[in-house]
Amino acid sequence: MHPAASARPLLEVEGVTLQYRTRDHLVTATYRVSFNVHASDRFVILGPSGCGKSTLLKAVGGYIKPVEGSVALNGTPIHSPGPDRIFVFQEFDQLLPWKTVEENIVFALTASGKLARREAVDRATDFIHKVKLTEFARNFPHTLSGGMKQRAAIARAMAMEPRILLMDEPFAALDALTRTQMQDELLQLWQDTKFTVLFVTHSIPEALRIGSRILLLSAHPGQVKAEVNAAGSDETRIESMLFDHA
Amino acid sequence: MPDPRPERTCAISTSAFDVVEKPLSPARKLYDNTAARKMLLLALLAVSWELYARWLNNPLLFPTFTDTVKALAASIASGEIPKAAAYSIGMLLKGYAIGLLMAGLLTAFASAGRIGADLLETLTAMFNPLPSIALLPLALIWFGLGDLSVIFVLIHAVLWSVALNMHSGFRAISPTLRMVGQNYGLSKPGYLARILLPAAFPSILTGLKIGWAFAWRTLIAAELVFGVSSGPGGLGWYIFEQKNQLNIPDVFAGLLTVILFGLAVENLVFKTIENATVNRWGMQ
Repeated sequence: MHPAASARPLLEVEGVTLQYRTRDHLVTATYRVSFNVHASDRFVILGPSGCGKSTLLKAVGGYIKPVEGSVALNGTPIHSPGPDRIFVFQEFDQLLPWKTVEENIVFALTASGKLARREAVDRATDFIHKVKLTEFARNFPHTLSGGMKQRAAIARAMAMEPRILLMDEPFAALDALTRTQMQDELLQLWQDTKFTVLFVTHSIPEALRIGSRILLLSAHPGQVKAEVNAAGSDETRIESMLFDHA
Repeated sequence: MPDPRPERTCAISTSAFDVVEKPLSPARKLYDNTAARKMLLLALLAVSWELYARWLNNPLLFPTFTDTVKALAASIASGEIPKAAAYSIGMLLKGYAIGLLMAGLLTAFASAGRIGADLLETLTAMFNPLPSIALLPLALIWFGLGDLSVIFVLIHAVLWSVALNMHSGFRAISPTLRMVGQNYGLSKPGYLARILLPAAFPSILTGLKIGWAFAWRTLIAAELVFGVSSGPGGLGWYIFEQKNQLNIPDVFAGLLTVILFGLAVENLVFKTIENATVNRWGMQ
C-alpha cells in the first residue's frame, strides 16, 4: 500500500452528534463522536443497547444528518445514501422478496449503474459461489433460512464492491451455531479481498472475533470511551473499559 | 433421583415395512385437487337446483337448471347475451380504468405529506360506506341519461377502496426495504417503480380485487335501475327486460352470466396474477 494512501483515512467521522425524534421525546443518540476508519480496517463499533451505534452507522450510510459534526468518505462529505457505502442489516427482510437471490444481486449492480446486465450476472454467480449459495441462486428469499438470507445479503453487498461495507449486527438474529460459522466465513472473505468494513455489534466476543480495531461507546447518549486494537485485547479488558466508571 | 438404567441399541430393519414411498391413487389425487372439489360441488348444486325446480314445478317462479341452460344457449346463439355482456364489460373497463387512475393520483397526493394522508383517510371514511347506487339519482341530474352517469357511479365504487389499499400498502413497506432501495442511488421515479411499487404490490392487488368486485356489482345494479340510456344496454338491462316479458329462464340465464363472468375474472385473471406474483414471492 502507498504511504500517501494509507496516511489519509478512508472514513472520517468528526465530532458527530445525532438526534432523533420519537413520539414524545427528542433523543440524543450520540454526542460528539469522532473516529477514523482506514482502508482494509475491520472497524467495530461496540456498545450497550441504546448507545446510538446503529444510528451512527445510518449517519455514515447517509440516511441521517448529524446535528453537529461531519462525516466524510475519502474527503468528500456524506449527504445522502449511495452505492459507495452498502449496508447489510440485521433484519431478514432486506432482500427484495420479488427477486431471486441472483436477481437481487444483479439488480443492485445494474440499478446503481455499476455494471451492465451480462457482467452483473457473472459477478453475481461469482459472489453467490463465494457465500456457498450456488444451489439456491434461483430461489426466492422466502424459501431460504435466516442464515442463507444473511449470506445472500452479504454477497449482494460485497458484489457491489463499495468503498466501505456497513454492517449493522448482521448476525444478531441467527442461532449461535450459524452465527459462529458466518463470522468465520466473513473473515475468510476478508482474507480474499481485504475490504473495509464498519461493523456494529453489542457482543464483546463478536467484536473481538470480527474486528481489527474496536471503538467502545458509552450508553445514552453514545460517547467514545476508548478505541483499542483487537489484537492484545480480551473480554475482561474490554468489559472493564466499557462498564467501569473509573 | 431415578434409578440407573441400562443403555440400549436397536437393530434397524431394511425390509420389514412395506411402504417407503408409494404414489397416491388417482382418486386420492383428484380429491386433493381444489379445482376438482369445487367442480364437484358446483355439479351437486346444479343437480339439487334441477331436482327442487322439478318438484316445485313452477317455471314462472323457479325454472329448472336445464331450462336455464337452454335459455342461456339460445341467447348466446342469438347474440343477445354476448352483446349485452360486451356492453357491460366495456362500461366496466372504462369506469375501472378511470377509477384506478384517480386512486393512483390520490395515493400519490396522500404519500406526499401528512395533510394528503389525512385528506385520503377522511374522504375514504366518508365515502366508502356510501353505496354507489345511492349516488345514481344525483348522477342522473348532473350528467343526464348516458354513459357518463354510469361511469361516475363506477368511479365512486372503485376509487375509495383502491386508494385506501394502495396507501396502506405503501405505508406498510418496511423501513429496511426502503433503506435498501435508497442504497443503490436510484432516481426518484426508479425508486418508486422498482422498489416501492413491487413492495406494496400485495396490498395494491387486494385493492384491485375489491375495487373490481364493487364495480361489477354496482354496474349491474345501475343498469337495472335506470336501464338503457344509450347503446344496446348491458346485462342488468337484459335481466330487467326479460323479467318484464316474464321470460324467467332468460332472467336466470342473465344472472348466471353475471355470476360466470365474476367467477372467471376472480379465478382466471386475479388468480393467475396472484400465482405469478405474491404467491411466488411469498408475500402473502
